[in-house]
Amino acid sequence: MIPSALSQRAGAGFKPEHFAAIIAEPQPVGFFEVHAENYMGAGGPPHAQLGKLREDYGLSIHGVGLSIGSMQPLDRDHLTRLKTVCDRYQPESFSEHLAWSTHDGVFLSDLLPLPYTQETLFRVGEHIDEVQETLGRQMLLENPATYLLFAESTLEETDFLAEIARRTGCGLLLDVNNVFVAAINHNLDPRDYIARFPLEAVREIHLSGHSETVDDLGAPLLIDSHDTPVKDPVWALYETVLGRIGPVASLIEWDNDVPAWPLLRGEAVAAQRLIDAAARQRAA
Amino acid sequence: MPEATQSAFAAGLLKAAPPPAGVMAWNSPSPHRRYSVYRNNVSASLTDALAARFPASERIVGAEFFQAMAEAFIRVHPPRSPLLLIYGDDFPDFAAAFEPAREIVYLADVMRLEAARTRAYHAADAASLDPQALASIKPDRLGDLVFLSHPALSIVSSSHPAATIWAMNAGERPIAPIPDWRGEDALVVRPRMTVEVVPLPPAGASFFGHLAQGRTLAEATGAAMTDDAAFDLSENLAILLRAGAFTATRKDQDDEDRDRA
Repeated sequence: MIPSALSQRAGAGFKPEHFAAIIAEPQPVGFFEVHAENYMGAGGPPHAQLGKLREDYGLSIHGVGLSIGSMQPLDRDHLTRLKTVCDRYQPESFSEHLAWSTHDGVFLSDLLPLPYTQETLFRVGEHIDEVQETLGRQMLLENPATYLLFAESTLEETDFLAEIARRTGCGLLLDVNNVFVAAINHNLDPRDYIARFPLEAVREIHLSGHSETVDDLGAPLLIDSHDTPVKDPVWALYETVLGRIGPVASLIEWDNDVPAWPLLRGEAVAAQRLIDAAARQRAA
Repeated sequence: MPEATQSAFAAGLLKAAPPPAGVMAWNSPSPHRRYSVYRNNVSASLTDALAARFPASERIVGAEFFQAMAEAFIRVHPPRSPLLLIYGDDFPDFAAAFEPAREIVYLADVMRLEAARTRAYHAADAASLDPQALASIKPDRLGDLVFLSHPALSIVSSSHPAATIWAMNAGERPIAPIPDWRGEDALVVRPRMTVEVVPLPPAGASFFGHLAQGRTLAEATGAAMTDDAAFDLSENLAILLRAGAFTATRKDQDDEDRDRA
């Protein structure tokens, strides 16, 4: 099994509208991340662009449609398509979500939450075994941004992720914005979540923006919208994580209201500064 | 039972429904607004996928109308695959039968053109036929030629000026009255990395359609002339070469069998 091996640098989510600006000059990022599903066509500009980027940068392929958290079987056709994309581009990392998106053959195009029980733990573990066997690679599993809870849950999300990593050998993708969003949404302290998280399994971090609204009762409800710069409390939480585990590959995600490339690059440069500071702290 | 939980959770995402039993929040046993965040995400991401695929059509009907039509489509035809790149192949047919859009008679054809453009965008890469290749063929053998379609090729025919209307709403030409309101046919091609819409002259759709089906040049020419006596072979051959609609030629299969015998 090929281990996940992104360099310990900052990266950016690749958007096709940034392609011309990115290839115009060397960029201060270690890697780009793409959504696997956007590269499942037979040919055309998406592959031409990704092939060009791959010549100069590390690559993380991030799936958004595998529905690993489904209690129904994985879509074998989709898994085969993922293998085709990974075989073609040989990414340093492949990751997916602790969530489901397909049910009874209908693709719902959102990362939906699941209860955390012994039964879901078993099924998710089986799915990850199947993914890693098919791809021949270690995958990373990402913690979700959630808006509600399930009465039937018997496990903490952090314990669930730790046990999944232990059983399957997968790595974890710690989305710090998701931690913040979910903690506020469930009236918890995000620092407690980080304290309980199995940080030793983290191979990549995600950073992004969120938006703020309120629930039926007027309590804060944060939405994982990926449409703004990273917010200050998320940067602070990220620094805490870096202080605990040292430098780690860190990606800026910006998927909606996508800005011009220099603004997204600036976010990646800001993350790189914190990675560098963490490296110096380790050396000292 | 988690599978039942997921069934109940999924059931309320494509239509308005209260949160299913067992779903809760720290401050509420029945968090309507929190559950509706997921429903909104599903709706927004699928309508965004359709708007990305049909931008000129959205411009024609306006964002609000497009969204309502997309939501109606999604309820009846939710995606059956995570490949949203090709979601909405049957959206044009749905729009053709969508009562509120009945008066926009050309809408479905513009949508078919846009659907063909996305398929061309993602089609396999292939080198187009080298124009010099035809020059080397003896004139008396030209009629036997069979053309191999480029993977991106499709032909869109409309009894309305759909290609012109598409071009005006895609920013390819200024929006203006169309004095000569007649049917239009077009090739959708992608000889390299840019998708092109190439208007066809009279009976061009018949000619290219027959060639794409593997008929010989002589057969396609005969069929096109039967459809419209004004069919101009040299004009259509020039389009064929310029548009990169085909990748190669081979002689008619019968002919090859004869040569081998």
